[in-house]
Amino acid sequence: MIKNLKKQNVWFVFTPYLWLVLFFFVPLALIFKISISVSEWGMPPYRDLFSLSENGLKINSTLGNYLFIFSDPFYIRSYLNSLSLAFTSTVLCLLIGYPIAFYVAKSKPSIRNILLIMLIIPFWSSFLLRVYAWKVLLQGSGIINSILIHIGLISEPISMLHNHYAVILGVVYTYLPFMILPLYGYLVKFDLNMIDASNDLGAKPLNTFVKVILPLSLPGIVAGSMLVFIPVVGEYIIPEMLGGSDKLYFGKIIWDEFFVNRDWPIASALAMSGIVILVFPIIIFQLMYAKYNFRNE
Amino acid sequence: MNKLFFKIFTLTIGFSFLYFPILTLIAYSFNDNKRVMVWKGFSFRWYKELFQNEQILEAFYTSIKIASLSATFATIMGVMIGFSLTRISKIPARPFFIFLSSSPLVMPEIILGLSLLLFFISSNHIIGFPSSKGQLTVLISHITFSVAFVAVIIQSRLSSYDKNIEEAAQDLGTIPNMIFWKITAPVILPAILSGWLLAFTLSLDDLVVASFTTGPGANTLPIVVFSKVRLGLSPEVNALSAIIMLIVILAAISIYLINRSNIKK
Repeated sequence: MIKNLKKQNVWFVFTPYLWLVLFFFVPLALIFKISISVSEWGMPPYRDLFSLSENGLKINSTLGNYLFIFSDPFYIRSYLNSLSLAFTSTVLCLLIGYPIAFYVAKSKPSIRNILLIMLIIPFWSSFLLRVYAWKVLLQGSGIINSILIHIGLISEPISMLHNHYAVILGVVYTYLPFMILPLYGYLVKFDLNMIDASNDLGAKPLNTFVKVILPLSLPGIVAGSMLVFIPVVGEYIIPEMLGGSDKLYFGKIIWDEFFVNRDWPIASALAMSGIVILVFPIIIFQLMYAKYNFRNE
Repeated sequence: MNKLFFKIFTLTIGFSFLYFPILTLIAYSFNDNKRVMVWKGFSFRWYKELFQNEQILEAFYTSIKIASLSATFATIMGVMIGFSLTRISKIPARPFFIFLSSSPLVMPEIILGLSLLLFFISSNHIIGFPSSKGQLTVLISHITFSVAFVAVIIQSRLSSYDKNIEEAAQDLGTIPNMIFWKITAPVILPAILSGWLLAFTLSLDDLVVASFTTGPGANTLPIVVFSKVRLGLSPEVNALSAIIMLIVILAAISIYLINRSNIKK
């Protein structure tokens, strides 16, 4: 450890420090400021927080934007839709991703490396284009409809696009590598002899899985779930490309408030509430996880 | 036997799910029909049109430029953060610094984009900088969210290797700067390279933050692609997907081969 901040180290700390304060912290503080401002016609479309009038300094702050959001079921529903989308797709990614990660990790090293590369390829390729691929597949004239008609399951093309099931499918598809890779990272590390030992001692396969494999891969499950859950809450692209009007999501609402309605204070208040709403599940999750770890030590 | 069957079955279904959409897209990129899903015959027509589409070519160039600059700056600052947090004990308001360098990781991109745009507009009002939205504002935004990712990679590499080497050098009277360049930097070089690559991909792939912070003359590739496929399908985008997939697959295979020859040595 370098004990004292010597002169030559000062810029090492302060260059990134200053950058993050200026371009991360100040912008967040700014949307907080705008979220408690009164909206107004003009540029910028909100009133200054402090104004000097003949009566002295006047503070124009308001909680009205927040009250407006939380009294309107439209906004509350969009938050709940986003949270439930994030929860559903995290669970689905886990259910689909776990067996894949498990069997890849259990393969022979020569095959394992090839399979790992095959897992990384979709992870590297463009996110937007992978969502677009589903838009192509799910079209009325798309390949899935053609197959279903060909095997006689349906007689007319069914509309599979523009509903929230298509959104869930798109999210699970694009975020699956984010679940599989951390799971793989933990599963590949643990000793497979433990499974054999547990089996030899007479445990049924299900028992071995619940009592031995699952607890050992828990950190991977937690990491993968966070990597899926957090970005999905704010997801904009997938609902916009595959979704319809049956369910609206938080990301799209912010986008529309800003770009379509040009209501900066409401958009900022939505973003601030989004941070708070997102932070709570994460904290609860981490507390539960910490408690679990504590009990098992 | 039953177990082996179940394993092969799971892996086949899993990998088919991952690859089926991508492969279909590539197959249809050779379809000689303006209606994307109706097969008419094999042709390279959309590849030719793609390479004559100046809007896409220009956006591609812009994206590559912003991504490589952003990755380079983000890597430099990510290394600084990783080094500071693991090696320098006296940092003013250290918990705040940790908060700043890790929370961009969990910030939804839509909120990041909105806050940066409002910041650029306000700062333009107050001090006149940035004079307009464009490539510079997209670059600044991309650096800001990439730094955190690079910092995490560098930090985990720095905290896992033996610090005694650095301390030995210090005891022998080497000045801290020399320690960094002669000892620490070579050890973390692989982490620096993977950090740069990750930052490059993050920038290349970003649509949401770029949409908020872009301006005239700064349309990145995802912005142009999104505007083409938001409401419908585009055969040119199919061709573009096939090319991008080809590049990614070639890169993955070469990394695999390099790794394998390294292990053999």
